[in-house]
Amino acid sequence: MTSKPRDAATATSPLGLLLLAGAVATVGLLIVAPLASVFVDAFSNGPRAWWEALAHDPDTRHAIWLSLTVAPLAVLINTIFGVAAAWLVARFRFPGRSLLVSLFDVPFSVSPVVAGLALVLIFGRQGLLGPTLAWLAVKVIFAWPGLVLATTFVTLPLVVRELIPVMEAIGPEEEMAAVSLGANGWQVFWRVTLPNIRWALLHGVVLANARAMGEFGAVYVVSGHIAGATDTMPLRVEKLFQEYRTPASMAVASVLAALALLTLVAKVFIERQLETESKELEAARAPGADTDPTTGGLGP
Amino acid sequence: MSIRVDGVSKSFGAFKALDNVSLDVPQGTLLALLGPSGSGKTTLLRIIAGLEWPDQGRIEEDGTDITDRHARQREVGFVFQHYALFRHMSVFENIAFGMRVRKAPQAEVKARVDELLHLVRLDNLGSRKPAQLSGGQRQRVALARALAIRPRILLLDEPFGALDAKVRVELRQWLRRLHDEIGMTTVFVTHDQEEAFELADDVVVMNEGHVEQRGKPDEVFDKPATPFVMDFLGNVNVYHGRVENGLAFWHGVPIDYPDYPHAQARAARVYLRPHELDIARAPAGGGPSAGPEGTSLPATVLRQTRTGPITRITCQPSQGGSEFHVDLPSAAARELGLQPGEAVSITPRHVRVFLPDPEYVI
Repeated sequence: MTSKPRDAATATSPLGLLLLAGAVATVGLLIVAPLASVFVDAFSNGPRAWWEALAHDPDTRHAIWLSLTVAPLAVLINTIFGVAAAWLVARFRFPGRSLLVSLFDVPFSVSPVVAGLALVLIFGRQGLLGPTLAWLAVKVIFAWPGLVLATTFVTLPLVVRELIPVMEAIGPEEEMAAVSLGANGWQVFWRVTLPNIRWALLHGVVLANARAMGEFGAVYVVSGHIAGATDTMPLRVEKLFQEYRTPASMAVASVLAALALLTLVAKVFIERQLETESKELEAARAPGADTDPTTGGLGP
Repeated sequence: MSIRVDGVSKSFGAFKALDNVSLDVPQGTLLALLGPSGSGKTTLLRIIAGLEWPDQGRIEEDGTDITDRHARQREVGFVFQHYALFRHMSVFENIAFGMRVRKAPQAEVKARVDELLHLVRLDNLGSRKPAQLSGGQRQRVALARALAIRPRILLLDEPFGALDAKVRVELRQWLRRLHDEIGMTTVFVTHDQEEAFELADDVVVMNEGHVEQRGKPDEVFDKPATPFVMDFLGNVNVYHGRVENGLAFWHGVPIDYPDYPHAQARAARVYLRPHELDIARAPAGGGPSAGPEGTSLPATVLRQTRTGPITRITCQPSQGGSEFHVDLPSAAARELGLQPGEAVSITPRHVRVFLPDPEYVI
């Protein structure tokens, strides 16, 4: 991803130039221009108006606060689930293992709106668990637990998918070595497993967080979009836009976009670390160069 | 610490990795588990370490049943095939790991690690990461890490497998000296017979989940108990012949074999080691000739290959049949000065015969 193809020709041939122009035009039109226009519109009335749109509207403030609560919660659940599930899949063989791995991917293929509706059917007042939840006086749908559930659902594959291949590549030997040296389960996890998967984990967390912050469809269905109560940032953007308050809408959108750019930077940095680590893993597997002078000094 | 493996079986799905294996390792022994891949030797080692659980059978340490004891509590030093060093830790922290998880005081950790770094001749490399070490150095870090917890048993899985030839021989001799110094009961797994024979007090040859033979290196080499051991040790001429009346027949040449005195002939596999065949230039006129120890086989020299001190002469029986090898000290071969195509007579000094075992398939 970050390494340059060493022997690639410089794009100076007619075909190369044509492809380059096509790529630049596509990226410019589909990615750079819309992103830039978000910021342009957000700041069209100056930074002061931008700030007021964000900070002086209690509903917007609440939406920002809600997003900053729901997304980390969903990411936290995902992280715990992802590490445990990846450990299970990478370290154990059991019947139905590949089916389980395929099920992790369901949230990628199911439309978020469908996912949201499914959650309503289970956790809603008329839903499967509705009576139980009513008896417990717990409100899930049209309340923040529903938002967390929906967000967790759509981001579920991101952490576990990231970890499985890395844990499989690392193999169980280091963990076994730790056990034979007397480490208990927690010590193995904190001192050996986690340091080995930390960059992959962080990569998954960053991606999951970006997705969680931006999620619209599933959250839209379960939230009931009650302003000041269950509107997250993306829902707020849509609502403000529907109310013809474009600058305010764009102000919130610009926060989301800035978050996305931040994610991108973090992602590039983490991917560099991952690449370094995978090279180190390769080097550790290779029978190291045995020309060092110290090996010769084994005499009595 | 002595180890006793008693009737251990282990399956992975349909694959039977160990089939009722029993083994005694007396205190202070350096024992080699020798066998091809898939013979169950690594599984056995891991079961002794507590890293795998046996389906059946028991493991004892000094007479105490430790079958259900977790690996963490077994006080076993285990050296993994690819070392399994903790990649993100320095050499120092790798070696210190076992003491850190036991919450040993820092001063004690420091003293012990320094002592071990010195023992494995890596005094100045404590701050390096495993990726910055050579294979031989990593191997020694793995060993130091295993020794740091003062284990009562040392187990090594293919300890020299990933090293190049020169380093392998050096480390092997070093490990033997180390074992003689600290006298810890040690079991190592290898598929390399040279390694097993050079390093071990006792060799256990394994195949398809069971023990084929156990003995001193000389015993195993000189008196292979089964056709498998004979084949696995390699370097042997195999001939599908027969036995009858106390004789084994190799290309029609009778060789004494008192173990089968029966009159009824039986097909048998006849094994002759290349260095146990005498070779002489055939007397002029040719034809079968009687050697001093029995009848000889007339043969033709096909080629000679010299590998250091030994020269291997490949011959074919004059009456036809499969090629075989004769090994001679290179000096003797030079003196004899045989040329390809020359007629020779071959006298077997020793033969080993295995009667067919219907279950045994190579």
